[in-house]
Parts: sequence; C-alpha cells; structure tokens
Amino acid sequence: MPALSHLANAALSGVLTGTVYGLMALGLSAIFGVIRLVNFAHGELMTLAMYVAVVVFQGLALDPFLTMIGAAAAFGALGYVLQRGFINRYVGRPEHSQMLLMIALAMIIGNALLLGFGPDARNVQTSYQLDSFELGPMLLDKVRVYAAGAAVVATALLAAFFRLTLTGKAIRACADNPLGARVAGLPVAHLYAVTFGLGAASVAVAGCAMVPLIDVTPGLGPGYTLLAFVIVILGGLGSMVGALLGGVVIGVSEALAGVLIAPSAKSMVSFGLLVLILLARPQGLMGATRR
Amino acid sequence: MALLEIEDVSKSFRGLRAVARATFAVERHTVGALIGPNGAGKTTLFNLIAGVHRPDHGEIRFRGHAIGGLPPHRVCAAGVARTFQLVKPFAELSVLDNAVVGALHGERTVAGARARAGAVLERLGLASKASVIAAHLTLAERRRLEVARAVATRPSLLLLDEMMAGLRPTEIDELVAVLRSVQRDEGITILLTEHVMRAVMALADHIVVLHHGEVIARGAPAAIVRDPAVLDSYLGEDALEGPAS
Amino acid sequence: MTLMAGKLIGAPGQRRRRALIGGVAVIALTLPFIASSYVLSVVTLALYLAYVGQAWNVMMGFAGQLSLGHSLYVGLGAYASAGLFFHYGIGPWAGVWLAVVLCAGAGAFIGFLAFRMRVSGVQLSLLTVAFAELARIGFDHIERLGGPGGLFLRVADRSRIDLLGFRGPPAMYYYAILALVAGALGLCSFLLHRRAGYYWRAIREDEVAAASLGIDVFRWKMRAVVLSSAMTAVAGVFFAFYYNSLFPEQIFSFGRSIEIVLGPVIGGVGTLVGPIVGAGAVVLLGDGTTEILNRLGFDVPGAKQVVHGLLLLLVTIYMPNGLWPPLARALGFGPRKV
Repeated sequence: MPALSHLANAALSGVLTGTVYGLMALGLSAIFGVIRLVNFAHGELMTLAMYVAVVVFQGLALDPFLTMIGAAAAFGALGYVLQRGFINRYVGRPEHSQMLLMIALAMIIGNALLLGFGPDARNVQTSYQLDSFELGPMLLDKVRVYAAGAAVVATALLAAFFRLTLTGKAIRACADNPLGARVAGLPVAHLYAVTFGLGAASVAVAGCAMVPLIDVTPGLGPGYTLLAFVIVILGGLGSMVGALLGGVVIGVSEALAGVLIAPSAKSMVSFGLLVLILLARPQGLMGATRR
Repeated sequence: MALLEIEDVSKSFRGLRAVARATFAVERHTVGALIGPNGAGKTTLFNLIAGVHRPDHGEIRFRGHAIGGLPPHRVCAAGVARTFQLVKPFAELSVLDNAVVGALHGERTVAGARARAGAVLERLGLASKASVIAAHLTLAERRRLEVARAVATRPSLLLLDEMMAGLRPTEIDELVAVLRSVQRDEGITILLTEHVMRAVMALADHIVVLHHGEVIARGAPAAIVRDPAVLDSYLGEDALEGPAS
Repeated sequence: MTLMAGKLIGAPGQRRRRALIGGVAVIALTLPFIASSYVLSVVTLALYLAYVGQAWNVMMGFAGQLSLGHSLYVGLGAYASAGLFFHYGIGPWAGVWLAVVLCAGAGAFIGFLAFRMRVSGVQLSLLTVAFAELARIGFDHIERLGGPGGLFLRVADRSRIDLLGFRGPPAMYYYAILALVAGALGLCSFLLHRRAGYYWRAIREDEVAAASLGIDVFRWKMRAVVLSSAMTAVAGVFFAFYYNSLFPEQIFSFGRSIEIVLGPVIGGVGTLVGPIVGAGAVVLLGDGTTEILNRLGFDVPGAKQVVHGLLLLLVTIYMPNGLWPPLARALGFGPRKV
C-alpha cells in the first residue's frame, strides 16, 4: 500500500489534470447541450490542436501555453466555419446519422494526422519541463500546474461569456428551447456556429495544455472523445460546473487507479464509471432529474 | 357487467392533478365518448387504460379483470386496442405491412395475418393503397390506417384518440361511416375522445364529460348537450343550435 | 428502408435478375480457381466484413439499436475458441459453441441493462463502446490468454485440408466465409418474412405504436441483440483460426467496431444485401487505394482509413439509405417508387 503522501500527491496531480479534462468536456457539453450534436470528432480536434502546438514549438520555439491563445482563436474560427458551412445542414437528422457523420470526420482528421506526421510519438520539452512546485510534502509538476491554471482561466472566461454576454444568453436560450428561440427571431444558425467555435476553442486550449504532459500520437482522438463523453455524462449535460467536477473526478480516479492498481487500469475506471452512471443515474451528478 | 369499468381513478403528474376520482363504464357493443376542454384529462385517461401510465388510485377493469398498471402490450393482449392523437404509422412500411403488424397479434401465421390485414384494409377503404408506403399517405388516410392497424388485432375495445382533428367535414363524415360499419361488423366496443362535436353526436351512444380531471356529467347525447354544467364549462350556448364545424 | 429481397416484378426483369444472381453465384463459387491468391485474400477479407456487418445489421437494421462496440463479440468469440484450442486442443467446431453462448450471454447482459434501464440513443451507443473498451483493457491483463503480447495459434500445414481443426489452404477459408455470408443472408431473409421481421421493423419505426399492437418490445429487442451477438461470435471464431494471432488492443478496439459498422452503413442499413455491397465497396476503395499507393512507391499508413472516412462521409450526406437501394433500383430489383 503506497504511502499516504504518495497517494495524496497522485490525487492532487489528478485534480490538476482533471481540470484540463473538464475544459475539454465543457466544449463537448456545450456542443451537445446547445446544438444537440453528438461530436464524435471532439478528441480528434484536440489531437489536431496538439499537433499544432508541437509544430509551432518545433518551428518557432513558442511555448504551448502561448500558442494556445492563437490556437483558441484559430480553432474558434475553424469551428464556426465548420458548423455554419457544413454541419448545420445535418443538425435535424436522426441521431445515429449525426453520430456517423462526426465519426466520418473523426476518421478523416485522425488518419490525415497519421498520414502527415507518421505514427511515432512527438514531444514538447519546455525549459521548465522537469521543475516542480513544493506544497508541503508534495511535489507538483510546474507543467501540470500551468495546464490547470490555463484550464481554469479558460473555463472562467467561458462561464462569464455564457452568463454575462448577450450572445451567451442567447445561446443558452437556444439550448433551453430551440423552437422558441427561432420564433423569437434569434439567429440560430449563427449561435450554433458560435457554440461550436467555442467548443473547438476550448478543445484547442485543452490540447495545448496537455501537450507538455503527454506523448502526442495521431491515435489519441477516440480515447479523448470517449473520456469527454464519460465526463459529460458523469457531470450532467448542460452543467458547466458538472463538466469541471466530472473532469476532476475522472482525473483523480485515474491517478489513484494508476497508483493503486496498475497504470494500464486507469481507463478501466473511467469506463466502469461510465457504465455505472449510465445505468444508475443517466442524468449525471449535476443534471436535472428530467431525462 | 360492463366491458370497461373505470372506478374512482386518479392520476397526478408532479403535483398536477390530471384525473380526479373518475368513474364511468362503457357497455358492450356501444360507442362511448369522452369530451371536455383541453387539459380535462381525456388523453390521460386513455393512457391510463392503455397502460402508458399507472393510476395513482382506483381501478380499471376490463371484462371484470383489473388492467390498471399493465404495460401496453399486455393491455392489447387483454383485448384493448388504441390509436394515437398524433398518428404513429410505421412510416417506411407499406400500408399492408402496417396492418399485418397489427394482425399478427391475433393470427398464428404470417399468411393468416396478411389475409386478416387485407380484409381489414378492405373494410376501411384502404385496399387500393395496400402497397403504398405509409409515409406517402394523406392525414385522413393515415388516420384510417391507424384504425385499421388497431382493428386488425381483433380487439374487444377500441380507444380512438381525437381521430377527427384536422379533417375536413367530408372526411369526418366518411370516417364516421367507416367507424360505424366496423363497429357493427366486428362487434367492437368503442370509446373515443373528441373535440369535433359533429362526430360525437353522430357516433356516440353515451357521453362522459370531463372538466379539470373530474367527471361532471354522464348520459345520452341529447341530455348532455342540454346539461347546464356542460354548457357552462365546455360547449357554450351555440351547441344547442347544431354541430359546430 | 423498405425490404429489398429481390422481389420479382415483370418477366423480362425477372430473367435479367436471375441471370445477374446466377452470374454472381458462379463467380463466387469458382473464384479460387480463377483469381490470384492476392485477390482471393482480399475477397475473403471483404466477405468477412460482409458477414460481421450482416450480424451487426440484425441489431441496428432490425431492432434500431446503434451498437458502436460490436468488436466486443468478435473478440470474445475469438478468444473463447482460440483459448480452448491453445490450452486444451479443442477444435473450432466445438469451440464455436462456447463462443456463441458467451457472446449471446454478453449481448443479453448488455441488452438487459440497456432496455430495462431504458438506455437508448447516444447513451446506448456509448454503453456499447464502454463494454468493448472494458474488454480491451481487461483482456490485456489476462495472462492465460496471452495478455498484451497476444495469443498465437500454431499455423499448421496450409496445404493439407484439416477440416476438423479448420486449417488448410486459403480456398478453404474462402468457402467457409462464403458459406457464412450465404447462411446469414438466408437466415435474415427467412426472419424478415416471418413475425420477427415484421415486429422488428415495427419496433424500429415506432416502439410506442408497436407496444400498443401487442408487441413485447423488450423481449423482441433482446432477441435481436442476442441473435446479433451470437452471429458475431462465429465471425470471431473464423477470425481466430484464419489470422491465428489475437491482440486485445486490436481486436476489441473502437476502430474495429467502426470497421464493422462501415459495411452496412455504406451499403444500406436494414437491407439484406446492403452489408455485402457495403463491405465490397469499403474493401475495394480502401485496400484498392493502399495498393495503388504502394505500387507508386508510397508507404502510407492511414490512407485506407481516410478513404473509409471519406466514403462514410459522402454516403451519410448524399445517400443516407446506403448504396444498395439506388443500385438495386438501377439493376431492377426491389419495389418501384410509388
């Protein structure tokens, strides 16, 4: 049985990583909650962002935490165009039709990355890669703390947007009552596109934040998509706090499972949790009781 | 013993009382009608009988057996068939196949079911459309298909949920005639909910009036249209002058 | 999606259709004698995808449940039969029974959870993915079945036909998978014309209406899921004894589940012939592209999947009912448009 401090350290690391997961899941939650689109390409978009960060680092020696600002803007625009110009036409289609459409996009993006970059892992090693902060007996990797910081800031910005700005409120109206929103004259297609753009931007920030923490390979997509779904379902659809909480729960349980059981068992916990939640409380921890 | 007996049935949804202590009966081989303003609880009662919801209180007896709380497919097995307010055809299937699905309930073989389905479609005037895909039917035709499908299951009781809504007067008269002949030939008992008084007066032997989930009147059509409570809550003075369009 | 089972309409059309079917049958039966071993292996792969697509189609096309975790059953079936052979020398003809029972059980379990707990739509699909992923990670830890390093069945003499051990030349495997595809076609066609077919299609169209007509929706959905998983188990057994090596990372992967789905979706979900046509298109375009690129000197991992993705995208957008319905109409099969 590992020492308590060891466990606590792992748990805290998990919390930090979890906030990044939460940000990623937030994007998915917004897209699903507002547009009712099952974005199976979510993880691939994140992987794409990761490769962007890697390329920029290798080419311009720009730190991923700086790249993420530009990436967020670029992905935001890309997401807007993708939704407005293409996906929007299929929003009314049956659910499984949408899922297959997004799966197709995911296959194309993911394998295009494989084609372009090859299967070998890429890495970003910043100057502070091996440094850590000391918090009492615990050591926290600087990269992880910065990643969490970025995630929290991004989440706060998103929350502020949805709560305080007119566009944000309009988007929430769309989510609550799509027909009513149309009747009220809201530009639904534009708002959907903004939502998708925000979702893509969050995924871009999350991706750039994750880059210093992991090895980047083209096949990461499906894993992250599924993880995002687990978190969204765990935390409850439509709840921003839920997504963040869910992310943290997953982050911590993964970290602890890695220490207590075996590193490879990390994902098992996530999927086990998914099964349990889907069966016991499909609306998640924070979701409304209405199914 | 009446075919269908509703006794003291109540149902609430999250504190909102949809049906309150409703009591009435439907006799064999008659046509009963449930009328009342929107929100009176008519469709809820239907759903309670059909097994979509479970009554909070009271008993629903069919042929003397309690059926309240049984799931829809078992209610059908007991001999109760129903149609839906928003028609639910099997859109990608042909008209004949739609009816066959219903007919399979009472037949052991597919061949037998196809024969039964064909006969029912004939009865309902849909035989010429047998190979048409259900999605391509007009509203009036879809309503008839819904009835055909339900009748194909060989029910003793047929629940018709606002069959006439949105139909033109000629279509209403046609459907009324078809229902009358089906009821006569198959010996089915019918309970229908309706807003279209033209159809109610033409079909019903017995009317039950609901208001705010409660039964406020019961009786023969002639008496109901003169009942002051009914006029007050639902029909209005004009009802005395003849059927509204 | 209307039932396209080659309904016969009109005499000259009838002759043409029979000629077409006859021609395909002749080619199918004589392929090992007229084609190169490379073509034979590609066709075998296409038939394998067709069969596993047909099995998946029972669950989606007939019962309307989108399973994105069907690789679970392929893997379970493969490991069950391979494990029996590896450790106890029990041949595939006996092993397949364990595989079928195991997968039917797994399918029933998942089906029960899903249908009793009213999990549907996205959540059901995610549930199926979750179970496949759990198997993928779980089997990595089963040392007795090789763990992450894989389970290898000894490749016996390819020139002798050992029917009992299911070993032999490629032609033998080809005929085996051809028989499976034909058998699945026959079974599905049979079922579609019986009560099962009508009830499943009704459930797929509108569950509530179906229940009101006396259909026990839960029971029939369960039947579809169990049949689908049992059929897929057989594919797993074939896989194990054809490829002779099993890795949890591969066989239970999400990518494999998607591969299973490609054929029927592209060919036409809910149709009888769709999965076969779809699998053919997928292999032709995917492996064809890889082959062309290889001949041109490019070694490009991922190109095949990009082609698959593009094909899926185009079909989902422009031909949501799949390739087969318009193709069938062009060839003279199936009901005319009313």
